[in-house]
Amino acid sequence: MDRRKIEENIFKGLMNASMLIILASLVFILVTIIVRGLPAMNLAMITQTPKGGYYLGKEGGILNAIVGSLYLAGGATLLAILISLPVVLYLNIYSKKGSRLVAFTRFSFDVLWGVPSIVYGAFGFTIMLFFGLRASLLGGIIAVALLVLPIMSRAMDEVIRMVPQELLESSYALGATRLQTAFKVVTRQALPGILTAVLIAFGRGIGDAASVIFTAGFTDYIPYSLLRPAATLPLAIFFQLGTPFPEVQERAYASALILTVIILIISIVSRILITRFTKHIVK
Amino acid sequence: MQTKRLLKDRIASKLMLLLTVSSGLIVFVMAFGLYQRSRPILAIKPLSELLFSTSWHPLRGEFGFFPFIMGTLWVTGVAVAIAIPLCLLTAIYLSEYAHRWVREWTKPLIDLLAGIPSVVYGVWGVLIIVPLIKDYVAPFCGTFSSGYSVLAGGVVLAIMVFPIIIHVSVEVFRSVPYEVREASLALGATKWQTVKHVVMRKALPGVIAAIVLGLSRAFGETMAVLMVAGNVAKVPSSILDPAYPLPALIANNYGEMLSVPLYDSALLLSSLALLLVVLFFNIISRVILIRVERSIQ
Repeated sequence: MDRRKIEENIFKGLMNASMLIILASLVFILVTIIVRGLPAMNLAMITQTPKGGYYLGKEGGILNAIVGSLYLAGGATLLAILISLPVVLYLNIYSKKGSRLVAFTRFSFDVLWGVPSIVYGAFGFTIMLFFGLRASLLGGIIAVALLVLPIMSRAMDEVIRMVPQELLESSYALGATRLQTAFKVVTRQALPGILTAVLIAFGRGIGDAASVIFTAGFTDYIPYSLLRPAATLPLAIFFQLGTPFPEVQERAYASALILTVIILIISIVSRILITRFTKHIVK
Repeated sequence: MQTKRLLKDRIASKLMLLLTVSSGLIVFVMAFGLYQRSRPILAIKPLSELLFSTSWHPLRGEFGFFPFIMGTLWVTGVAVAIAIPLCLLTAIYLSEYAHRWVREWTKPLIDLLAGIPSVVYGVWGVLIIVPLIKDYVAPFCGTFSSGYSVLAGGVVLAIMVFPIIIHVSVEVFRSVPYEVREASLALGATKWQTVKHVVMRKALPGVIAAIVLGLSRAFGETMAVLMVAGNVAKVPSSILDPAYPLPALIANNYGEMLSVPLYDSALLLSSLALLLVVLFFNIISRVILIRVERSIQ
């Protein structure tokens, strides 16, 4: 056989192998978390807060961390929407095509997207020192909002860019202002994409640990005010795994399973949203 | 009525402009804020001592970052060495060889891999990779290792950077115009020769950008590395030694840093350093990618 053909086949084999390795590692991770997490799962885990001595193996659950994470990621997502939706609408509707400001803002989101979450945490910490805040739900929300802002904005920008120019023009032709066009036409047209962007940001927010380690603190109680510290799911996993007691470590696996299931649900819901909403889009 | 509408539009326009400009400035504010907080230690210690001293004793006021810098470099290096061949081969397969349906099916799976929280990667590393290294890899190499090592950190990080490298390089490969491939095939080259000599050459800058993006992601990743790398403040001498990367150092000491003088300043200095390095990498690769995009249009 031709040497060129042999080389081609060798590399084809290598490509198939690497593809398999990468997909297998995904399956391996999910299966490991399910197999080790399920036996330690019980109802108390998701319905109770830690009782005294929980981290020594006594009774309780991680409801505090589940609720804390939902509050934190929810708050951060809301804050990030308030900033990124206007910014993205400005970039696509108000500003001139190809202006420097547009290029600069897009570039800076791209760069921010690569900033590690621990740096957001450290920066959030300096903001808190500046305002004299202590580790609290609010501090965590600010740090996580900064973290998800570039993710959300880039995703929204991509869908809003796709809205056909003709649609804008017909709205202007009817006498609508840019503001009316932005919120009544463009946002509605791009809604599925915007919702997906929001869900992606929420998923990132709920799974991130490094940005909340300084800013949100940790507590055994469910936070009832923005100024109270809040427990988060990733940190609960980390702390439980760090104890020397096997039964508490088992609970860390169960908590990791809970977090993974939440992430899976978010990604499935966002896929369903896309297919359901795209039906109503004017093409 | 008419004027109210226009007034609203004008006010909204100004507000949106303000938000846009300020979100564009976040990077600078972050760098400035961290710099302000790290000035106390920069004023006392020369930069060379901070960067190259191996003595880390915060209580005695000695802050040598060298072991942590080396730890970061080792772990990132191993991760990138594992990720590059696997990701490039997969990206080539997905863009050049795979059927459309394979591409459509793998994309959500790779997105899913990107969505798994780093702490879950950490748990997986502790459950699978660490024991594997302790019980099989280290005895096979004739040494002892607790399993919490550079290698464990590298393997977990490699999997974490798969999605970004694959995603960006598939896009780069697919942006190479189809005519270029056809010209090569028409000359009698095989598909692999076309990929190797034509597509790769055209896509090289973009592929480098993809790798640099993956590298900077690995560089700043905290939680998973913190859980599997061992955290011993010593310069590692082999991939089976434990390492203590910078992000892990920052995350691990948040509790005590306000009670030791200069400690918080030292840790915020290291986050500033992380930020600057990552910014540098990101700016370079984004500029390359923008050029690639322009050269195609």
